Amino acid sequence: MRALAPGRRLGLLLIVALLGFGLLGPWLAGADPAHQILADSLAPPGTDYWLGADHLGRSMLARLAHATRLSLLLAAVTVASAAIPGTLLGILAAWRGGWVEGGLVLAADAVLALPGLLLVLLLAAFAPGEFLPLYLGLALAGWVEYFRVARAMASGLLARPHVEAARLLGFGPGYVLWRLLLPGLLPTLGVLAAFGMGSAVLAISTLSFIGLGIHPPTAELGSMTTELLPYAYEAPLMVLMPAALVFMAVLGCHLLAGQARG
Amino acid sequence: MGRRSLGRFLRPVLMRLTQALLVALIVGALGFALMAALPGDQAFRLAAARYGPDMGDAAAAALVRQELGLDRPWAVQFLDWVGRLMRLDLGHSLVTGEPVLEELTMQLGYTLALAGVALPLSALLGLPLGLLAGLRPGGPMDRITLGLSVLLRAIPAYALGLFLVTVFSIHLGWLPPAGFEGWREFVLPALTLALGLAALSARVARDSVAVVAASPFMAFARWKGLPERAVVLRHGLRNAAIPVVALLGLQLIGLVEGLIIVESLFSWPGIGHALVHAIFARDVPVVQGTALALGLIFVLVNAFVDLACALADPRRARAAT
Repeated sequence: MRALAPGRRLGLLLIVALLGFGLLGPWLAGADPAHQILADSLAPPGTDYWLGADHLGRSMLARLAHATRLSLLLAAVTVASAAIPGTLLGILAAWRGGWVEGGLVLAADAVLALPGLLLVLLLAAFAPGEFLPLYLGLALAGWVEYFRVARAMASGLLARPHVEAARLLGFGPGYVLWRLLLPGLLPTLGVLAAFGMGSAVLAISTLSFIGLGIHPPTAELGSMTTELLPYAYEAPLMVLMPAALVFMAVLGCHLLAGQARG
Repeated sequence: MGRRSLGRFLRPVLMRLTQALLVALIVGALGFALMAALPGDQAFRLAAARYGPDMGDAAAAALVRQELGLDRPWAVQFLDWVGRLMRLDLGHSLVTGEPVLEELTMQLGYTLALAGVALPLSALLGLPLGLLAGLRPGGPMDRITLGLSVLLRAIPAYALGLFLVTVFSIHLGWLPPAGFEGWREFVLPALTLALGLAALSARVARDSVAVVAASPFMAFARWKGLPERAVVLRHGLRNAAIPVVALLGLQLIGLVEGLIIVESLFSWPGIGHALVHAIFARDVPVVQGTALALGLIFVLVNAFVDLACALADPRRARAAT
């Protein structure tokens, strides 16, 4: 593996740490994120609850860990669902040209006509609080970016002598795609995907905060902030925790994408 | 004005008109599908919403069904909707019964006022910092603004707003946490919006200033003996402005998205807040109307950006015609 710039290494470290927290946290907490002990409502951090208990006496550690896992997984699935079709369609458009390219570009322009969040919001409105419309909306709004970049880069690569030579020599489309095109596209698409992952984490938590994303009682970083907001005076730290995790996840993704290079 | 300079403005206008049409079609189709996807009998739900839960009986539902034409085939209803949309008749709110257009114009004023304060504020915050950073790439100012921008862009807008409210309303007591009467109420929502936008525009300004400052034509302008003032003003700023203006378009996606979030957070009575509320209430005509308005604001502002680009950079316009 190539040596990463310090900023990117820090980003990777943050993501790995959060993934570890999300995957190991539920085991560490040893508690059900939905289990309520009302007598422990708003218990401060201590030996019983490492990070305290929320207004319903649920373990904050367990809820934060589950919410972190949910955010990262949903964001990763969303990004994969946007990046893989987007990239393949971009290469297809550059490869085939003609009406295939025209139609795909038109579809991309149609998606870009609206701000992404508006599209996600309209789709999420079909079933507020469920994963599917949220996921579909984010994937639908997201594929365009990969499509445009992949199309532009692939049409450049397809005109390069070594690619033309390979095609003239009779190497099949599979070889050209896997050996010649994708390796050239991957670094740029990786940056896009890391950045898109941050945007997805932000969008999911923001929509859930407004009440149009994932609903309680599922532990989600944005909706946890909403739930705890009325108790901000008694337990300011607890309102801060979920938002801080969103911040760390997005920061990690942005740093990994190389944003700190300037 | 020759044919060429006319085309220079006509082509982007036509492109934006197509975009506006696409916005209307997408929002219309989604809104209509939204209506069809509602679970249960819509007439009962709306009767209950309109007359109160106790009055939502079969008679009230039948009345609502007849009044809104909910018993016609969906294709007829869709054509009806598209036809009315083209005449800018956005229908009545299914909950309040008020015309959507009337509610929209009132909300539009609040949204535009908020955006009108936030955009200049973001320019005021972001551009000077970007300029200072770009004049000395790698210097301390550059590093500080880079760090601030990276941190700021990772904070969710709702958390930033909550933080500002906590500090300025709750702890210091300087500003009201909500409301929309005087200038004091503008400060926190506008600042929340502006900080997010400035984090991006500062970096864009920094990059373009750095590129221009290092370019040969700046050195040449100095060699030929132009005074420093003329070098920076005539050759520097205009060239540095081109990418800034072009990337404003990108920033404006952030503006529309930020408006939805900030208005919801501060209960600002604008279009974004109305959209979120209408989604909760399943008030489909209002969802359609507000989404359409936000989409068209996006298109309109983009058209202004196109125009500004064409004015700032004649080369680009010539290449496009």
